[in-house]
Amino acid sequence: MSLIDRHLHIARIDTFIDPVSPQKRAIITHGHADHARSGHGQVLATPDTIAIMKVRYGEDCAGSFQELPFGQSVEIDDVRVTLYPAGHILGSAQVLLEHRGERIVVTGDYKRLPDRTAQPFELVPCELLVTEATFGLPVFQHPDPAHETGRLLRSLAEHPDRAHLIGCYALGKAQRVISLLREAGYDAPIYLHGAMVRLCALYEARGIALGDLRPALDLPKSALAGQIVIAPPSAIKDRWSRRLPDPVLCVASGWMSVKQRARQSLVELPLVISDHADWNELRATIADTGARTVWVTHGREDALVYHCRQQGLAAEPLSIQGYEEGGEDED
Amino acid sequence: MKRFAQLLELLALTPSRNRKLEALTDYFRTTPDPDRGFALAVLTGALTFKNVKPAVLKDIVLREVDPYLFGLSYDYVGDLGETIALIWPHHGGSGDLPSLTDMIELFNTTGKAELPRLIADLLTRAEINERWALVKLATGSLRIGISARLAKTALAEMSGKDLQEIEEVWHGLKLPYAELFRWLDGEAERPDIDHAARFHPLMLSNPIDEEKDITKLDPADFSAEWKWDGIRVQLVMGSGPASLFSRTGDDIAPAFPDLVDNVFGEAVLDGELLVGQDLQPAPFNDLQQRLNRKTASAKHLKDYPAFMRVYDMLFDGREDIRPLPWTERRARLEAWFARNPQTRLDLSELLSFSSWEELAALRRHGADALGHEGVMLKLRASPYLPGRPKGLWFKWKRDPNVVDAVLMYAQRGHGKRSSFYSDFTFGVWKGNEIVPIGKAYFGFTDEELRQLDKWVRTHTIQAYGPVREVRKELVLEIAFDSAQESARHKSGVALRFPRINRIRWDKPAGEAATLADMQIFLAAS
Repeated sequence: MSLIDRHLHIARIDTFIDPVSPQKRAIITHGHADHARSGHGQVLATPDTIAIMKVRYGEDCAGSFQELPFGQSVEIDDVRVTLYPAGHILGSAQVLLEHRGERIVVTGDYKRLPDRTAQPFELVPCELLVTEATFGLPVFQHPDPAHETGRLLRSLAEHPDRAHLIGCYALGKAQRVISLLREAGYDAPIYLHGAMVRLCALYEARGIALGDLRPALDLPKSALAGQIVIAPPSAIKDRWSRRLPDPVLCVASGWMSVKQRARQSLVELPLVISDHADWNELRATIADTGARTVWVTHGREDALVYHCRQQGLAAEPLSIQGYEEGGEDED
Repeated sequence: MKRFAQLLELLALTPSRNRKLEALTDYFRTTPDPDRGFALAVLTGALTFKNVKPAVLKDIVLREVDPYLFGLSYDYVGDLGETIALIWPHHGGSGDLPSLTDMIELFNTTGKAELPRLIADLLTRAEINERWALVKLATGSLRIGISARLAKTALAEMSGKDLQEIEEVWHGLKLPYAELFRWLDGEAERPDIDHAARFHPLMLSNPIDEEKDITKLDPADFSAEWKWDGIRVQLVMGSGPASLFSRTGDDIAPAFPDLVDNVFGEAVLDGELLVGQDLQPAPFNDLQQRLNRKTASAKHLKDYPAFMRVYDMLFDGREDIRPLPWTERRARLEAWFARNPQTRLDLSELLSFSSWEELAALRRHGADALGHEGVMLKLRASPYLPGRPKGLWFKWKRDPNVVDAVLMYAQRGHGKRSSFYSDFTFGVWKGNEIVPIGKAYFGFTDEELRQLDKWVRTHTIQAYGPVREVRKELVLEIAFDSAQESARHKSGVALRFPRINRIRWDKPAGEAATLADMQIFLAAS
């Protein structure tokens, strides 16, 4: 009997990791809605994640909060819990559980590429690894994000009369895209849909500079020609986007590598920018942790389970209810 | 190759037809020969390779990637070429690929044994977008939503020449179209091409309005024939192998070797492609087995032999007889048949009638007893004019009423069909937009349902809960009992008892019915 079960429930201390329904005690890896829900009794998470939850769900979205900074441990009965950076979004953590010499890591969502908006991933050796598999198919080999921002900036220069409207998730992806643009030397104002404003402000307040951001509201249409506007994916084909001058629809997501898919959703400029590990990173991470047993969750489990078994590892898919379709928005 | 890859990507991802056209025009204007000629060949589907085939590419990839993982990936991506491009595990990345022309030359001259190494090397050297374009080029299946016609329209825009003139010279041209571009650039005369290899735009008919038209027309001025239930084709026979063109000018000869390899003489003929033993037309469903395929299997050749029922002649030998009246063209056609005995061609018989009442009775009998779709009326004095001129050719379809509508939305069905998109909303043209006129959930076979479901999944542009909006590209022939005015529909028309009579894979959406066409049905009920 392992310390943790297939629902990521640690029975010894009656605590769940990223539970999808309200629980007495929860460890939350990061602030995305399919991991962080409101209504738990006690929440243990990084200070950034707790700040994000409070901004999104309200100050009282859990009975109580316990902040656990990266690298510090807390003992709950005889289980030691430590959080390590997962590199996915600001405050995102992997959970290390130690009990009588057994080491278990639950990665949450992660990536290993450098990202100014998230604390860099740290490798945590373990025996049992519970890994995500959002991009767990060998067709997902993410390009260098600088290549993608280069494409965006070229398109911007080619269409000075059109706005570039980038659809991306309000938490994490929006700030990453802004930060990548700043790294590429783009220092013009970037215009925000209302849904982006609070979370960008939170990032800035927590020390991540995003440059000149302005609301896309109440501007004459022509003012946005040649500008970059960032909005949630749901808004880009909505009436909201009609206020923009002939927008080039862009979506920043790991899914955008599949052109037929971009084409079906009428995305004119797909930007393959992902906050998840791609196939090669997933495989490398599994090997690097030295885990002998791998549980795969949150995505395309089949291929990664197959790969692990080919490597002689014990591997199983976890089909955690509520995770099924959730991933696609939050990539 | 980089430039061509960028063009392909832009065409694939730009929803606006005008922007696609702009990009094509710009490419043809600024790309040197022979690259632009080869690009034109790729875009119009005129290029095939002897040794480079989808299966060969797949084999090359399966040397590097586990087949099970490849299978899972293909299931997810749904497009073989794109799966290969995305899954290729080695990335050199610099993208110093040969030019399009050199690439095609390499594909054509490299032997089977060397090919895997060559292609693997190219895949590795390509940057991501070039790899995608390279695989599209090699598999010959672009699937980027542009038609040969759009490419030709770009040529017309670039040069100021008439699109129809380009269509006329098109099919006699040789790769990489140097003489075509010289002409388009104004540096040479129009290429003088043997008509034997080119497509001549078709003359099309209008639906008859029984109340308005018939009373005004003199039956003595018209000839009548059965309206055959196949697909419209043009057979072009000259010194070389015969060409068989669909109504949009695509050469479908490779899929019908049983027909094109067994015709004799020199002429350009207009008629209906049918299948059936001993020149007896089989139901349209049988013909459908042979449509949308690049080649024909031995079984199909045996079970569904193709033939053509000829009803008009455009060229007699090398002489253009389109300006002659129908009566004379028909006489020439009959004389030609007498001189050139055929086994795969026959003449569409003429119906004899002296009054509209008599023809109406014939039409009813033809529909009830013989299953004919209706009759065609042709003005005896009319020359053969491309397009859809008014008042010259009429189709008088049988009851029930049928209309060619465009598929707009699909919704998943229930029960046995729960995983299939089986409820279809369709519409007709109102100016430049399509407005819905009804919804149908039956009339198709299980096999057709599978095809429709697949089509819907690959042509979705937006999903609203269980409903998918699709590209307005697929024409459905809808049968219905009557049409009524309706305030509930945006179109103002509601159909009674609509069902999908047939899927018109062959018909371009631009030729579907208009709201004005529907008025005829409203008047009748």
